Amino acid sequence: MSFVYEKLMGGKKGLTGFIILATLILVILPVFLDSFRLNLVGKYLTYAFAAVSLVLLWGYGGILSLGQGIFFGLGGYGMAMFLKLEASSPENTAIQSTPGIPDFMDWNQITELPWFWEPFSSFTFTIIAILVVPAAFAYLIGAAMFKRRVGGVYFAIITQVIAVILTVLIVGQQGLTGGINGITDLRTLNGWDITSDSAKYIFYFVNCALLLSVIVASRFILTSKFGRILLAVQDKEDRVRFSGYDVANFKIFVFCFAAMISAIGGAMFTLQVGFMSPSFVGIVPSIEMVIFAAVGGRMSLIGAVYGTLLINFGKTVFSESFPELWLFLIGGLFIAVVMLFPNGLAGLWDDYGHHITNKFRFISKGFRKIMPQAVLKKLKDAN
Amino acid sequence: MSANTDFTLSIEDLTVSFDGFKAVDSLNFYLDKNELHVVIGPNGAGKTTVLDLICGKTKATSGSIKFLDKELTELNEHEIVRAGVGRKFQTPSIYENLTVLENLEVSYPYGRGVFGSLMFKRNATVLSKINEIAKEIMLEESLDVEAGLLSHGQKQWLEIGMLLIQDPQLLMLDEPVAGMSVKEREQTADLLNKISQGRSVLVIEHDMDFVARIAQKVTVLHQGKIIASGDMDKVQSDPKVIEVYLGH
Repeated sequence: MSFVYEKLMGGKKGLTGFIILATLILVILPVFLDSFRLNLVGKYLTYAFAAVSLVLLWGYGGILSLGQGIFFGLGGYGMAMFLKLEASSPENTAIQSTPGIPDFMDWNQITELPWFWEPFSSFTFTIIAILVVPAAFAYLIGAAMFKRRVGGVYFAIITQVIAVILTVLIVGQQGLTGGINGITDLRTLNGWDITSDSAKYIFYFVNCALLLSVIVASRFILTSKFGRILLAVQDKEDRVRFSGYDVANFKIFVFCFAAMISAIGGAMFTLQVGFMSPSFVGIVPSIEMVIFAAVGGRMSLIGAVYGTLLINFGKTVFSESFPELWLFLIGGLFIAVVMLFPNGLAGLWDDYGHHITNKFRFISKGFRKIMPQAVLKKLKDAN
Repeated sequence: MSANTDFTLSIEDLTVSFDGFKAVDSLNFYLDKNELHVVIGPNGAGKTTVLDLICGKTKATSGSIKFLDKELTELNEHEIVRAGVGRKFQTPSIYENLTVLENLEVSYPYGRGVFGSLMFKRNATVLSKINEIAKEIMLEESLDVEAGLLSHGQKQWLEIGMLLIQDPQLLMLDEPVAGMSVKEREQTADLLNKISQGRSVLVIEHDMDFVARIAQKVTVLHQGKIIASGDMDKVQSDPKVIEVYLGH
């Protein structure tokens, strides 16, 4: 029991936050929102995977990645490739000059399914690839950077550059990737219509369950000795190294884990939104993910989810009425967070939340104090 | 060249040059088992550089550093630590945001791999070892205190404790009493005399009173070279030492 309570939930504070979040996304939102809005929340919650990954990576690991979109995209494209192959059966694509391959390939005069698309006709392979490919890619980047002790701003810039390169590659190789339009027109998952309302409900709950599991797994990492070593590395990297740790391995692991989490978010995005495109891979989405984590609180796994929801609601509301103002607003918000409340919403809650909870406590305590006296008085009067 | 393998540490012909400037110049130095050895010398003599070379922070240009039959110049920093060399930095190098207990736990020599650290459990063995060390460094009352709140002297002790918990065969301390009060210096001297039982200790220090209290053997370094070595009295009366160091 204490293992679950202390290690997986993070004690009383973590458990309370977890229960409140779970109630909100599993009960309150599904009850009060219509299916269109709920699907929108589901989409936002896929970004929350990336925000949670940044709490681990940036908040605790001190490694700022401006390229989480890379891994979100890899996961999303993996899922999209599987769905696209299923949607491109020879019967569905009979009018093409080469039936049985995705439509965009046919438009680009490709006559044979490229080799790296072949295995994505297997669902099992796709699921494994969604987890393994981003982690392996992160391992390559991480090993190349952290073993050479590249960190800080340099690392951030390099991840940003990789995000740009990947976007350019996807856009440029239109015949292989669907180009700027992305992979669209996804219909079924193993024969099951993913655009139906019931499918959207199920994906929403699967997404929530995965997100909560990811939070629990991340909590386990952060409450273990590994988590304390991450904090120690941020404080005195040399001391950790001269205490017998190969610091690079720790950074590589957390980077790979963060990549894997983001990829799960990407895959769930494709399932719920029905397409994947390079606009979720590049610089802008990557930086937005950092802002989600910063606003929610980069030291708080649960705060990051609220940050993501809040910013995306804001984006939806504002960009409908003042589309040109939104970017300035989010930029200003980011600066404000960094300058004024570096620990985000979670930090504000930690600093001022007790005023609110105390008021509740005060009221309930007051009742308890008043009640017995009133009862006593009545008893006395009766005598 | 000595082939004596009884030495805990034998440094031979060690040279390091930074853009042509030889911070350490063909140094030969031997440290016996269970010996407490103090290195003194004026600023820029290369004392800290020698420690950097031993613990792998700086790579040697040439020469060899043998520690219990292991060639340290070929190992990475963390491998050198795991071989049994502990090093305390000049300014207290502790994790300010963690508690004293967590500082000691992070330094505990098990669960040093990625997966080992994930599965590491704070069990009774770990806690009793942490308590034992905390008592030794006079911090048993402050286990739950955030390390950043400790006094300067206590921080220095904590870092010594973080090394002790790894039970190193060679302990290297860079100016352990810098910035300490007189009383703290005395307590540190007692601590050093106690912990030097059963291991070799190499100390860099400026404070001559403190050196006199602890040293069995003293080596004087000047411009990357040893100019005198021996017991305290001998070194203090050496005319060369007086000229370059003590006379100032």
